[in-house]
Amino acid sequence: MPTQEYLKTERAQEWREALRKTMRNKERTDIPRVKMPEVDPEIRSHTYDEVNKGLSVEQALNESHRCLDCVDPTCITGCPVEINIPKFIKNIERSEFLEAAKALKETSALPAVCGRVCPQEKQCESQCFYTLKLNKPAVAIGHLERFAADFERESGNISIPDIAPANNIKIAVVGSGPAGLAFAGDAAKMGYDVTVFEALHDLGGVLRYGIPEFRLPNEIVDVEINGLKKMGVKFETNCIIGKTISQENLKADGFKGIFVGSGAGLPNFMNIPGENLIGVMSCNEYLTRVNLMQAADPDSDTPVHIGKKVAVIGGGNTAMDGVRTARRLGAEKAMIVYRRSEEEMPARIEEIKHAKEEGIEFLTLHNPLRYEGDEKGRVQRMLLQRMELGEPDASERRRPVAIEGDTVWVDVDEVIVSVGVSPNPLIPSSFSGLEVTKWGTIVVNQDTMQTADETIFAGGDIVRGGATVILAMGDGRKAAKAMDEYMRGQKSEGQ
Amino acid sequence: MNKIVSKENLSEKVVKFEIEAPLIAKSRRAGHFVIVRVGKKGERIPYTIASSNPEKGTITLVIQNVGKSSQKVCQLEVGDYVTDMVGPLGKATHIEKFGTVICAGGGVGVAPIFPIIEAMKKAGNRVISIIAARTKDLVILEDEIRKLSDEVIIMTDDGSYGKKGLITQGIEEVIQREKVDLCVTIGPAIMMKFVSELTKKYDVPTLASLNTIMVDGTGMCGACRVTVGGKTKFVCVDGPEFDAHQVDFDEMLMRLRAYS
Ligand SMILES: Cc1cc2nc3c(=O)[nH]c(=O)nc-3n(C[C@H](O)[C@H](O)[C@H](O)COP(=O)(O)OP(=O)(O)OC[C@H]3O[C@@H](n4cnc5c(N)ncnc54)[C@H](O)[C@@H]3O)c2cc1C
Ligand SMILES: Cc1cc2nc3c(=O)[nH]c(=O)nc-3n(C[C@H](O)[C@H](O)[C@H](O)COP(=O)(O)OP(=O)(O)OC[C@H]3O[C@@H](n4cnc5c(N)ncnc54)[C@H](O)[C@@H]3O)c2cc1C
Ligand code: SF4
Ligand code: SF4
Ligand code: FES
Repeated sequence: MPTQEYLKTERAQEWREALRKTMRNKERTDIPRVKMPEVDPEIRSHTYDEVNKGLSVEQALNESHRCLDCVDPTCITGCPVEINIPKFIKNIERSEFLEAAKALKETSALPAVCGRVCPQEKQCESQCFYTLKLNKPAVAIGHLERFAADFERESGNISIPDIAPANNIKIAVVGSGPAGLAFAGDAAKMGYDVTVFEALHDLGGVLRYGIPEFRLPNEIVDVEINGLKKMGVKFETNCIIGKTISQENLKADGFKGIFVGSGAGLPNFMNIPGENLIGVMSCNEYLTRVNLMQAADPDSDTPVHIGKKVAVIGGGNTAMDGVRTARRLGAEKAMIVYRRSEEEMPARIEEIKHAKEEGIEFLTLHNPLRYEGDEKGRVQRMLLQRMELGEPDASERRRPVAIEGDTVWVDVDEVIVSVGVSPNPLIPSSFSGLEVTKWGTIVVNQDTMQTADETIFAGGDIVRGGATVILAMGDGRKAAKAMDEYMRGQKSEGQ
Repeated sequence: MNKIVSKENLSEKVVKFEIEAPLIAKSRRAGHFVIVRVGKKGERIPYTIASSNPEKGTITLVIQNVGKSSQKVCQLEVGDYVTDMVGPLGKATHIEKFGTVICAGGGVGVAPIFPIIEAMKKAGNRVISIIAARTKDLVILEDEIRKLSDEVIIMTDDGSYGKKGLITQGIEEVIQREKVDLCVTIGPAIMMKFVSELTKKYDVPTLASLNTIMVDGTGMCGACRVTVGGKTKFVCVDGPEFDAHQVDFDEMLMRLRAYS
């Protein structure tokens, strides 16, 4: 994590001093915020191509001029891994794009991913000087981050970090989601012999089976994983730790430390009548069929229901991904059903905007009460309760309250339930020595990510319940550092 | 990748495979299953581990060729590889000395019940195996099961072998004859439903191993959900075995038709 001194020294570099003088602040703040070029909504609602096309060099240069290289860069405090934001943006301004990418990689393991999927408006961009003091749109930090990372990837000059001499200490990583990948990268850099075990047949966790390609192309995830392979990280797919290999057998095989990044699992249902009808499914099932199993491809053996009138229950990122996927698979009517108002929706603003452009209907302040099916058990219609907003609840969002007697039937032929997930129970139920909360998350020391068993560290959704890619990644990095310290301590004790 | 080391046709539509899977062979117990995928476009399909040989590092699957995906598996030959295989999945069967146990397997359900017969016998139970098939040619694993059971009753729909009749008739005969402490049943969902109704009438505790549609098999998607005792359960992590008298078989039968 950057110290004040580090930020100061970096900022005091000659080139940055000079750059600041090339333009007056007034001129910088007069530049309008860049608009991300997007595929036309009419076209993209029928294809799986990435919606955001990425900034052109010219756009990126222009946007980089908006950043004021603040004395007190408050944006950094909004980033969970404290990327040195002005440093990377100023490198873009002086056209040192590869340097910009390097600056990102000082703290972020997956900048091409985070630039695409971070909820920037709630994180870095919410703390930008423009947002806080000027009441103007923030510097497009996320777009610029994606630009630099993509530039590096497309240039073919991906820097493989220096790797410390092998220390022959074997470390096991459970899960290949962002937490596991970030941990693996850092541990490999420190010279550890790292093996990532993944339960599914493909790598990436939610980045692969959850987030659709129109937001995060698989190719981006592949590049990151290949980078890790080049660094010597080994991957074992189809291997469930706790089932295929037990905790004891991992130890017996010589693994000295374990990082658990097993993510979220069990999808929640609402337990209302008709939820088990055919055509009603969890968003995880829907997205897994489409993303991991490629079910929409006619050559794929895995089937998926193609709904014409699809309702997605929920208002998070997962729900937006579900409803936009349904649209792309041919839904004439694709609806979000959410019990609060749009303001309370947890999804990224960009996702909501894109969904609307693609013709998604928003039934906010509606809550499903029951589903009914035809004689074959296929869902046909749903009964919705209309809601209004009451007093704020524990989450400080205004609580939705049912409007007595105000219900409405809506025809549907597919319902995708996206009302949250619980932590994956595989590790908590099969490992001994861990402390687990009543919600099923693993208890860790917040500073080190170490669990009750000192050789086991954990991070990401299995610790936080549900979080973001960047938080999961940050946990992985923090754990790698702390595990290294722990291992060194063990070694010196042993001598 | 997992290599096929032997293949045997048990009947026209049922194939027995021995497949290399050293880690699974070592950690599996009766009741566990694996998920198999054949080809890069293949789907993930669950199969029970019928037996294993930890020394040799192999597991045995018995697969009935019923549709697209099982056919893909059945077409594989010795030396071929299964693209992906993961396991062991599910909860192992709870094995203890219950007393007299009926193991009732119908059709291809005879294969997954085989490891349970073996484990129940080993735990000191008196095991009465009842195996049922439509016709003589479809009776599988008879010799293996005879070796491990105290008594074997074979039922065929057409009477071409053993006794003529449904599996429930075989079970009822035993229950009327002697005290039965537990019944374990595996087979087509409709069969398990009738077995469950029968044993409920006689108050014989019954376990059914459910064969729902699955995707990941690790509790992540909910495709395999069933209602047991009014609660939603995931077969892949909470099962596959449940108290049959609590299972909503009608809902399960309906859900099994989701993609047909
Ligand atoms: C559809 C969807 C959209 C999202 N959109 C966004 C977004 O736009 N922005 C954002 O920041 N966040 C988003 N999130 C949240 C974000 O993806 C997660 O917070 C993040 O992926 C958590 O990372 P993780 O590494 O903890 O776990 P995961 O990504 O869940 O990875 C865990 C991996 O571990 C494997 N595993 C589990 N148990 C075992 C075991 N015992 N042995 C071996 N492997 C095991 C799993 O198969 C899985 O691959 C989204 C989530 C979903 C589902
Ligand atoms: C825990 C468990 C253990 C099982 N053990 C055995 C066994 O030992 N031997 C055996 O022969 N069968 C077993 N089955 C059944 C087997 O998994 C499949 O149902 C069967 O092979 C169907 O595949 P199909 O495409 O050939 O058949 P079809 O009947 O043509 O199926 C049509 C389509 O329905 C879907 N489908 C049907 N069943 C499943 C499933 N279970 N998972 C995912 N999708 C499905 C698929 O999309 C499939 O293509 C088991 C099932 C479970 C859940
Ligand atoms: S990682 Fe996310 S929060 Fe941090 S600077 Fe990049 S986009 Fe912002
Ligand atoms: S707060 Fe905004 S303007 Fe200031 S350094 Fe950060 S991104 Fe640049
Ligand atoms: S198969 Fe996905 S949860 Fe059981």
